[in-house]
Amino acid sequence: MNKITHISGPVVHATIPQASINDIVHVGKEELLGEIIEIREDTAIIQVYEDTTGLRPGDPITNTHQGLQVHLGPGLLGTVYDGTQRPLSALQDIFLPKTNTQPSLSHEKKWFFEPNIPQGTEVREGMIIGTVQEHSFTHKILVPPGVQGILDEIHTGEFTITQQIGRVGRTPLYLAHTQLVRKPRGYVKRLANKKPLITGQRVLDFTFPIAKGGSAATPGPFGAGKTVIQQQIAKWSDADIIVYIGCGERGNEMTEVLEEFPHIKDPRTGEPLMNRTVLIANTSNMPVAAREASIYTGITIAEYFRDQGYAVALMADSTSRWAEAMREISGRLEELPGEEGYPAYLAKRLAEFYERSGTVETYSGMVGSISVIGAVSPAGGDFSEPVTQQTLRLTKAFWALDASLANKRHYPSVNWLMSYTQFNLEKWFEQEMGPEWNELRQKTLRLLQEEKELLDIVSLVGVDSLSREQQITLFTARLVREDFLQQNAYSDIDTYCPLQKQLLIIQAIWAYDALLRESTKTMDEIRTNKATQLIGELKNTPNEEFTTNPTEKSKHIRKKLEEGLRT
Amino acid sequence: MKEYSQATTQIKGPLVIVEQEQPASYGELCTIQYAGKKVYGQVLVTSKTHAVIQLFESSQGINRDAKIEFTGKPAQIGLSKDMLGGIFTGMGTPINKQYAAEEYRDINASAINPVMRMPPDDFVQTGISAIDGMSTLVRGQKLPIFSEAGLPHNELAARIVQEADMKGDFAVVFAGLGITNEEADYFIEQFENSNTLQRTVVFLNKASDPSVERIITPRIALTTAEYLAYTCDMQVLVVLTDMTSYCESLREVSNAREEVPGRRGYPGYLYSDLAAQYERAGVIKGKKGSITQLPIITMPQGDKTHPVPDLTGYITEGQVVLEKGLHAKGIYPPINPLPSLSRLMKNGIGDGKTREDHSGVSDQLYASYAYAQELRQLISVIGEGGLQEQDRQYLRFADAFEKQFLNQKQGREIKQTLDIAWELFRMLPKQELKKLKPKHVEEYL
Repeated sequence: MNKITHISGPVVHATIPQASINDIVHVGKEELLGEIIEIREDTAIIQVYEDTTGLRPGDPITNTHQGLQVHLGPGLLGTVYDGTQRPLSALQDIFLPKTNTQPSLSHEKKWFFEPNIPQGTEVREGMIIGTVQEHSFTHKILVPPGVQGILDEIHTGEFTITQQIGRVGRTPLYLAHTQLVRKPRGYVKRLANKKPLITGQRVLDFTFPIAKGGSAATPGPFGAGKTVIQQQIAKWSDADIIVYIGCGERGNEMTEVLEEFPHIKDPRTGEPLMNRTVLIANTSNMPVAAREASIYTGITIAEYFRDQGYAVALMADSTSRWAEAMREISGRLEELPGEEGYPAYLAKRLAEFYERSGTVETYSGMVGSISVIGAVSPAGGDFSEPVTQQTLRLTKAFWALDASLANKRHYPSVNWLMSYTQFNLEKWFEQEMGPEWNELRQKTLRLLQEEKELLDIVSLVGVDSLSREQQITLFTARLVREDFLQQNAYSDIDTYCPLQKQLLIIQAIWAYDALLRESTKTMDEIRTNKATQLIGELKNTPNEEFTTNPTEKSKHIRKKLEEGLRT
Repeated sequence: MKEYSQATTQIKGPLVIVEQEQPASYGELCTIQYAGKKVYGQVLVTSKTHAVIQLFESSQGINRDAKIEFTGKPAQIGLSKDMLGGIFTGMGTPINKQYAAEEYRDINASAINPVMRMPPDDFVQTGISAIDGMSTLVRGQKLPIFSEAGLPHNELAARIVQEADMKGDFAVVFAGLGITNEEADYFIEQFENSNTLQRTVVFLNKASDPSVERIITPRIALTTAEYLAYTCDMQVLVVLTDMTSYCESLREVSNAREEVPGRRGYPGYLYSDLAAQYERAGVIKGKKGSITQLPIITMPQGDKTHPVPDLTGYITEGQVVLEKGLHAKGIYPPINPLPSLSRLMKNGIGDGKTREDHSGVSDQLYASYAYAQELRQLISVIGEGGLQEQDRQYLRFADAFEKQFLNQKQGREIKQTLDIAWELFRMLPKQELKKLKPKHVEEYL
């Protein structure tokens, strides 16, 4: 009989003779979920995913001899889970109970399954055998990991996830299957990331774009707007599926997502955003070990949709809380600490997570991708701390959020001098948006750099010492900052900006810059000029005006600018 | 109550290590009797042979003959609506009146199911322009006050408690954590004078009380608040002052346990622990009551990157920052709006809640005041002569903003707050008012 011998917070020791690392155990009379993380002779050391108050040495413990798993199948979309895939939306309790009574996927709901390959076909892990419609989403049913052979039976019709839909040899097939979370799902090969993930956010798409299948980090002190930027990407990016992990963050923020997403329509499909979203909510006050698991649960769900040939975007808010959960558990294990008390394996764990992003050729021969956007919450806003630094080594886009911009209500507070992207997407933009996109991008980044240098001079000797040309440079840079980079997430129109509109606004600013350099107006006259106002109004002009006939709109803006400047 | 024969093997700071034949359960409450005294403690670690007990009181005078009894239950508090008007110690012992408990609850509540939360969106008028206008408080929010020694954070908290319009059946739960006798007297006097005491429950852990007791006080206070909010349908405002002292107590216990320290000696789980307190705020589906939290944090040396304000800021929904510079200028309350923030503001303002122009007014005040602050830095190098006329207008705006908007003797209605802002906007050129909607400029300017 296995028994508990020692309890300290979420870490429990027990005598379990036949323990393996990462085995899931049920702890105590209440059968709390736990996982074996260390073995010392006959003693297994377990992290428990629930509050351990009330456990007593001598209480029983049972080993399931299986690793931590998630259940993958129809019904994932629109659901809210905790870090170990307990369906929070199915629980009616105000305060979370310690033991799970609800299955992760509904056992009652029926789905219409339509096979797409005939009986007798040879199948293997990851192949698509048919589809069910989940809202307007086509959920592809995959052969579970480890299954290979002749498809002996397959049926069309209405099934719940517990009813058999077919058979490979002796293995029955269902609409859903389970999957270990700590091991990445397989694929044929990795492919280059060539397309951008379009977010509808100007400072991201235009200045620092991320590729589909790439990863990005958004570090920032509190109040800099990490969560808003993550939510904006979850709302407007052109991914097929969004997995949003609220890892150790605020309860009310998850509520916000839950309230908003069912009412916002996906600009591409017209369906509520919730129908393409899986939420994992492990708020800061929920048990710390489940927070550690939440990242793995999330990325495994993302891989499942990737393997169906979809583009998945995964937001992890915040990876620092995840790292802190590791630190807390590591401290309880009395491991030797690395930098700032974090365990020495922090870098490895972060790498394992970010490396599960990417564009791949799936076993079913399709192309799927996972883009990962990780928020980082550096202590004291200091980017030199270990989580930020390790993350920077792994991600290719870096969006540095800046408290001083946030204090000025410049949102998104992405600092244009510190941020960067290493994705090579110029070819795609040239093909889709024309050569001017890349030219203007370079020019704009240079302008912002130049502005900084000029402002350094101004802060020493005053603005009057600058030439007219330099003053116009400063003026244009201000327009870029205020009328282009700033974007209001709470404005009905400005919250989402299509690429075409992004291009037209930046074109307008540069066209105006050229006109100003030819004109003889004083700086004060320029500031109060009608054309200046017109530039400021562009972002709040309805998106359709820019997308229906861009050439016409571009000409129209230019005419207006010229007119404005004449008055 | 179960009693086991225990032998105390080690006493160290607030920790007592005992040998046990019958193991205690994790988190269990126990009593330690010695020299005619009885103190409480909680099981931090338990194994087949030993338990580590954290005392909630000073270990002074305890010897190895102390008698230890385990209660078989985690720490609980008896609850009743009759607690209103009561003053209690930091351990929940009544000081000024007795009450009969209706029910007992574990002071460590489980986490609220995020799916059962409602987004807080009811505007709370505090009467303070810097808060109402620019960092609006909503019912169910947790909004800390970041302050420093020597600044009037207690006055501000007392004023909010007295003047805040919470709408509905309003109750206050006040938890003093390591506050001085003088501060305690000040708050009680304020509550008595304004007739708020009868709707207030006061828990006092004074600076002279055992520091480890402080770890219990916020938990007791929040359990009481949950009872009043979700069982008695009241709108509860919880004031926790000073959370920095609370964190120091956590550090004391952690150090005694020889845990691996995180930043500045604070335990690695400080974030999780603080979150367990702060997240006990909110509005819940199907419940009429709510819990709004107003924790006060004194930042050592005004350092916002100190672990306590830093981790607090990552958990709470914004912060109100008091600043020495403004205090020195005689501005009261000395709230610096630039680092202040209310994350839930957008849900609580606008047409039907405050006024249609509120969001634009707030953004414009921020942007203009922030720009003026940059100019102030600039003129410290190049002098005002180096500025253009428009920039001088900004400087005059900033002075007026501090004197007329931030500074206030009496509480203001929200409309009054917004109207003052429009007065100030007249000092700036119209084309600079980019954050305001043109139709609001026409109507209000």
